[in-house]
Amino acid sequence: MVQINEALCKGCGYCVKFCPKQILQIGKTRNRRGHFYPEMTHESACITCAVCAMMCPEGAIEVSKGGDDA
Amino acid sequence: MAEYKRSTMIADAPSGYCPGCLHSLATRLISDVLEELGQGDNSLNVISVGCSALNILYWNGDFLSVAHGRAPAAATGIKRTNPERLVFAYQGDGDLCAIGLAEIISAANRGENFTVIFANNQTYGMTGGQMAPTTLIGQKSTTTVYGRDPQTTGYPMKMCELIAALEAPAYVARFALNSPKGVREARAGIKKAFQAQLDGRGFTFVELLTNCPTNWHMSPLQTLDYMNMNTIPYFKPGVYKDKTE
Repeated sequence: MVQINEALCKGCGYCVKFCPKQILQIGKTRNRRGHFYPEMTHESACITCAVCAMMCPEGAIEVSKGGDDA
Repeated sequence: MAEYKRSTMIADAPSGYCPGCLHSLATRLISDVLEELGQGDNSLNVISVGCSALNILYWNGDFLSVAHGRAPAAATGIKRTNPERLVFAYQGDGDLCAIGLAEIISAANRGENFTVIFANNQTYGMTGGQMAPTTLIGQKSTTTVYGRDPQTTGYPMKMCELIAALEAPAYVARFALNSPKGVREARAGIKKAFQAQLDGRGFTFVELLTNCPTNWHMSPLQTLDYMNMNTIPYFKPGVYKDKTE
């Protein structure tokens, strides 16, 4: 499960570029600092590879195993 | 399946770096490795002058902010008086290979048992984008407005090759942070350098190729492509010296 801490995001777009499943996109809402932050389009397609978290300069993305869809 | 949890070594607030700056990725990588090694409380970050100094705003561990270029000299003193500490200097290219060239070469030549993490973004970021010793041939900066000309300013300085030529250093490597592959290798390299220091192997040096979207006048994503096309062919990533085995 991918958790995006939108308050830390600066909207660089690295997570969107490197997501192997291409299921992240920069959203249309801004955070408190005025940056557009990413949102997940197809959560069920996520393979929790954590590449988005690895490439995030701010450490704004956390990835945990399993889902909370139970 | 993989997991990632933000390290507690960095404050729970946005960094002081510009959007897309790989300095913050480098800092985050160091914090991850320290936490993985369980050395968070035992570490000491010697912070230099430049954009690397923005670390002081959100680094949760112990740190020392030192004079311009003198991080290896200060780290030498700290490590000699506190040999059990994991000491590392975090320096940028203006700091390390311009004003601090004597300190880094001397510390490497003495084989001091600490680690230097060198973030090379080929510009003086904090002062507004002047030419650094590592600025690429033809790369524009505020002091080389037509691009760097080797006739008057020489060639970009390859620090890994310089330091690997010395006898004493135990581990010298360069990684590029513009791709998941490079970030993975960099993380492993930093871990190896820190472990070598804990084992008392001597001087370890890790160069990280980073970007500067603000002073290169590009978007963050454009800088990654620029690095692929220009930076990486000149500053070739790889392990230049490894005496840790």
